[in-house]
Amino acid sequence: MKLELSRRRFLTGASLGVSAMALSGCKVLDDLNDYDHPLRNLMEAANGVTYRTQRFLSGDKLAPEFTKADIRQGQRPNGTTNPDDADYQTLASAGFADWRLKIIGAVENPLALTLSDLQARPARTQITRHDCVEGWSCIAEWTGAPLGPVLTQAKPKPEARFAVFYCLDTMEQSLSGAVKYYESIDLVDAFHPQTILAYGLNGSVLPVSNGAPSRVRVERALGYKMAKYIHTIELVSVLPAYGKGHGSYWADKGYDWYAGI
Amino acid sequence: MSQTDGERGALIYRQRLVTRITHWTWAVSLFFLLLTGLQIFNAHPALYIGRESGFEYDNAILRINAVETAAGLRGVTTLGGLEFDTTGALGVSGDSERRAFPAWATIPSNRSLSTGRVVHFFFAWILVATLIAWATASLWNRHIRDLIPTGADIRGLPRDIADHARLRFHHTARYNVLQKLAYAGVLFVLLPLMILTGLSMSPSFNATAPWLLDIFGGRQTARTIHFIVMVLLVGFFMIHMAMILAAGPLNELRSIITGWYRIDPEKEPQNEA
Repeated sequence: MKLELSRRRFLTGASLGVSAMALSGCKVLDDLNDYDHPLRNLMEAANGVTYRTQRFLSGDKLAPEFTKADIRQGQRPNGTTNPDDADYQTLASAGFADWRLKIIGAVENPLALTLSDLQARPARTQITRHDCVEGWSCIAEWTGAPLGPVLTQAKPKPEARFAVFYCLDTMEQSLSGAVKYYESIDLVDAFHPQTILAYGLNGSVLPVSNGAPSRVRVERALGYKMAKYIHTIELVSVLPAYGKGHGSYWADKGYDWYAGI
Repeated sequence: MSQTDGERGALIYRQRLVTRITHWTWAVSLFFLLLTGLQIFNAHPALYIGRESGFEYDNAILRINAVETAAGLRGVTTLGGLEFDTTGALGVSGDSERRAFPAWATIPSNRSLSTGRVVHFFFAWILVATLIAWATASLWNRHIRDLIPTGADIRGLPRDIADHARLRFHHTARYNVLQKLAYAGVLFVLLPLMILTGLSMSPSFNATAPWLLDIFGGRQTARTIHFIVMVLLVGFFMIHMAMILAAGPLNELRSIITGWYRIDPEKEPQNEA
């Protein structure tokens, strides 16, 4: 008798449970898609806590590096893989001989470096793991000039707090014209020894699909922080009124700016 | 059994306020963490063993794909070497939409990795904070001892399993041994494992604690363990619900909402002690 009751109770309850699960699929929570929704903004405050906590915990520590034996495949290209921008195509067809990397903004000594200038600097080669925000990882060997000494040469002014990377690839067309990729990092990451302006990948010249002639590597962050096809680095005191003002193409799309997790 | 003879047992104060508040905070947090976790998984619906994801070689143990066939778009789930047609649930669902987990199983219901991540990491913090608060309070008020099986518990284990299998429940002031094992398993094993594998996926935290990656066997293995622990937690939840319904949902719910729980009458011989 008791057993019967329990079973009936169980079945009733189970169907109630399933209905409750189905409720979750209702669209009430889809309001969170709205970037300006107060509840979303409240939850996004947790990203700031994550940023400060991770900065405190990681300090100047290095991202794990791997060995040649860990490189089992080519670096998977992601995002833009061949910018169709006319200026980029012109630069690429000339082997990037006319490409310049400009260091501007809150610096006393603005720079304009050629690819050979970059290659002539002391280089750092590191085998690291690239983590896409989507969830996949890929290990590759990156060679480039550490960003810190480049910035030091440009003599940052005291007010400089962020480095903003401007890129040659167009992501979309907006009412105000082409939206090109851009990213920014704080100066802790900018002066981190593993942060390099990479021009080499797995022992070869950096291919167009991976960001030629140069992309930045920020090894303690997700892939979208590592801007490809860069042409200008601007030091700023606050994140600029560029795009929607979040200092990053993907942060403008609702992703967290720091991208440490 | 006890209810049939018309006698009712005493109402006792069984669940402290801290236990009740943390319980419901976890319930809400895990609900959001699960559904936003499935949203995040949908951005790259494959699980691998190792440090990286094989694109030019195969180290995947699970893939949920949408495949064009002569019969139209089909959802195909590959687990180990085995392929399953999961159209309607996994891979392809709704209006022939390509997505690993269906709309009803994700927050938000549309595909939005950024929104899923915002909600996921918010509740991840809540979960961690609640776990620390609970552990501190429970060490202080000795609730943690309620979850540690005693020698008598272990000796009574076969009997307790048999009782549960027959849906014959004893309502006592203390948790029975299967309850202790289940709750301790979640609080001391599954949730810490979930948090640590989650942190192992953070490139910033990898710099802080590279040894965590070595413990779990690489970032992609950690991601796979994160997923498996999710499946185990869902399993716990289903058994938890079934047991509550079978053992008397009103009494069980009252105890976790108000703290008061009606135990079996005194003369009823008790399972443990």
